[in-house]
Amino acid sequence: MPSDPAPEDAPAIQLIDLHKHFGELEVLKGVSVEARKGDVVAIIGGSGSGKSTLLRCTNFLETPSAGRVVVDGEEVRVRADGSPADRRQIERIRSRLGMVFQSFNLWTHRTLLENVTEVPVHVLGVSRDKASEQALVLLDRVGLRDKADTYPAYLSGGQQQRAAIARALAVEPSVMLFDEPTSALDPELVGEVLRVIRDLADEGRTMLLVTHEMKFAREVASEVIYLYEGRIEEKGPPDQLFSDPRSERLKQFLQSIH
Amino acid sequence: MVLLIDLSGLSDALELLSLSPPGWGSNLLRGLVHSLQIAFGAFGMGLVIGLFGAYGKLYGGPITRDLLAIYTTVIRAVPELVLILILYYVGTDLINKASQAMGYGRVEISGVIAGIWVLGIVQGAYATEVLRGAIKAVPPGQIEAARAFGMPTLTLMRRVTIPAMMGFATPGLANLWLIATKDTALLAIVGFNELTLETRQAASSTRAYFTFFLAAGALYLIVTLGSGVVFGRIEKWARRGQPSLRGGGR
Ligand SMILES: Nc1ncnc2c1ncn2[C@@H]1O[C@H](COP(=O)(O)OP(=O)(O)OP(=O)(O)O)[C@@H](O)[C@H]1O
Ligand SMILES: [Mg+2]
Repeated sequence: MPSDPAPEDAPAIQLIDLHKHFGELEVLKGVSVEARKGDVVAIIGGSGSGKSTLLRCTNFLETPSAGRVVVDGEEVRVRADGSPADRRQIERIRSRLGMVFQSFNLWTHRTLLENVTEVPVHVLGVSRDKASEQALVLLDRVGLRDKADTYPAYLSGGQQQRAAIARALAVEPSVMLFDEPTSALDPELVGEVLRVIRDLADEGRTMLLVTHEMKFAREVASEVIYLYEGRIEEKGPPDQLFSDPRSERLKQFLQSIH
Repeated sequence: MVLLIDLSGLSDALELLSLSPPGWGSNLLRGLVHSLQIAFGAFGMGLVIGLFGAYGKLYGGPITRDLLAIYTTVIRAVPELVLILILYYVGTDLINKASQAMGYGRVEISGVIAGIWVLGIVQGAYATEVLRGAIKAVPPGQIEAARAFGMPTLTLMRRVTIPAMMGFATPGLANLWLIATKDTALLAIVGFNELTLETRQAASSTRAYFTFFLAAGALYLIVTLGSGVVFGRIEKWARRGQPSLRGGGR
């Protein structure tokens, strides 16, 4: 079905010169990001710098005003107004981008097991038995196998977020998109979620990771991008970017959060 | 002495209500069945109209939204009795005109079908508002998550929005169902032999007004109580996963 067969060595994801404005407000002013297979790209920046918008433009939850999105070598086809031209294509591409939200967004009327099997069964057409089997493995992996039949509202934030990660893993994503996955958590629950994400990074998952956890970003990222008012102010390998920032703004930003 | 009169009165009443002639019990039950058929059909039709109406109001274009606003406003503003008269006479008239224009004679319109149609349109207006409110109460994050995973629109409606809104919609829908059962009584005015009309006929033939209207009242009450139990179950199921405010079990 993919119309542009993916070249073997294509980057997992390329965002090319993305622009986004909401009315007069220009939130992204030409941002390009590329992640090869296994890359963990951490995106940092102050509040309102456009981090969430960048992530949401990646899977067209927001329609980019201009720019291109290429996943596994397949470019999202868009109309003149920037909206996806082919509904089936964008749905297929979305299903390859496992998104994890700041506020979990689990489906509250479904158990954890049902949350994890929902997309494989009802979007990807996997058989229910196979999906359940796989879901149990994933829940086990995030330490929630014994909660498989529990509804999300009965779980802590950390447990819900781990379940949301299992849900994203269930689609066998090419790229995982994390939007501040620990920002809504009580401090004592942050560690358990970061541990899961670190495991995923270690096993070579490709990720775009928006985070305020600088120490964590430094440890897991292969590249760090600092966004400032909708532009990439500085980017580079984490060690260099954190210990020897060049931009004045990044220096200030790093100081302000320590 | 008083007790004796009472007892004889009771046995008279039982005789009048007996299911086999000369008792009128089977007429009352037939009326009840008709009432329930109409209520059920109208409620179902109302749900379908309501679902489309709610989605139309929330996501439709300006023309759709205006038309729906007129529909819900007019229906909810005009007394039901008047609406029933209008819809019934206008509806049957239109159908007859159409059938005559096409060269057929007058058509006999089944009372049950006409009743469902008339009450269904009324129910649809209220259901539109109930469901619109319920859809709006669904946390947007849940819909966004489904979109982010590439769920197609119809699947999303069926798998996420509708199940998630059911908990919010059930109390309002339970009310609508009870209104539907009782609105069937208004159809007596256009001559449907639903429960109220059957009761009136039995009462006026026998002059036992008190007995028959009390019996009819009891039947309506039983329907209401039974519905309460059923909707209680539905609500409990629809609210699965939401801890109750009183706390406790899952
Ligand atoms: N749907 C929208 N409509 C209008 N403005 C929006 C919308 N979404 C975001 N914005 C604006 O775009 C800017 C960037 O928002 P964004 O959520 O991307 O920032 P962020 O970097 O994720 O910030 P935070 O760290 O607070 O999450 C903000 O000024 C915000 O108010
Ligand atoms: Mg954000």
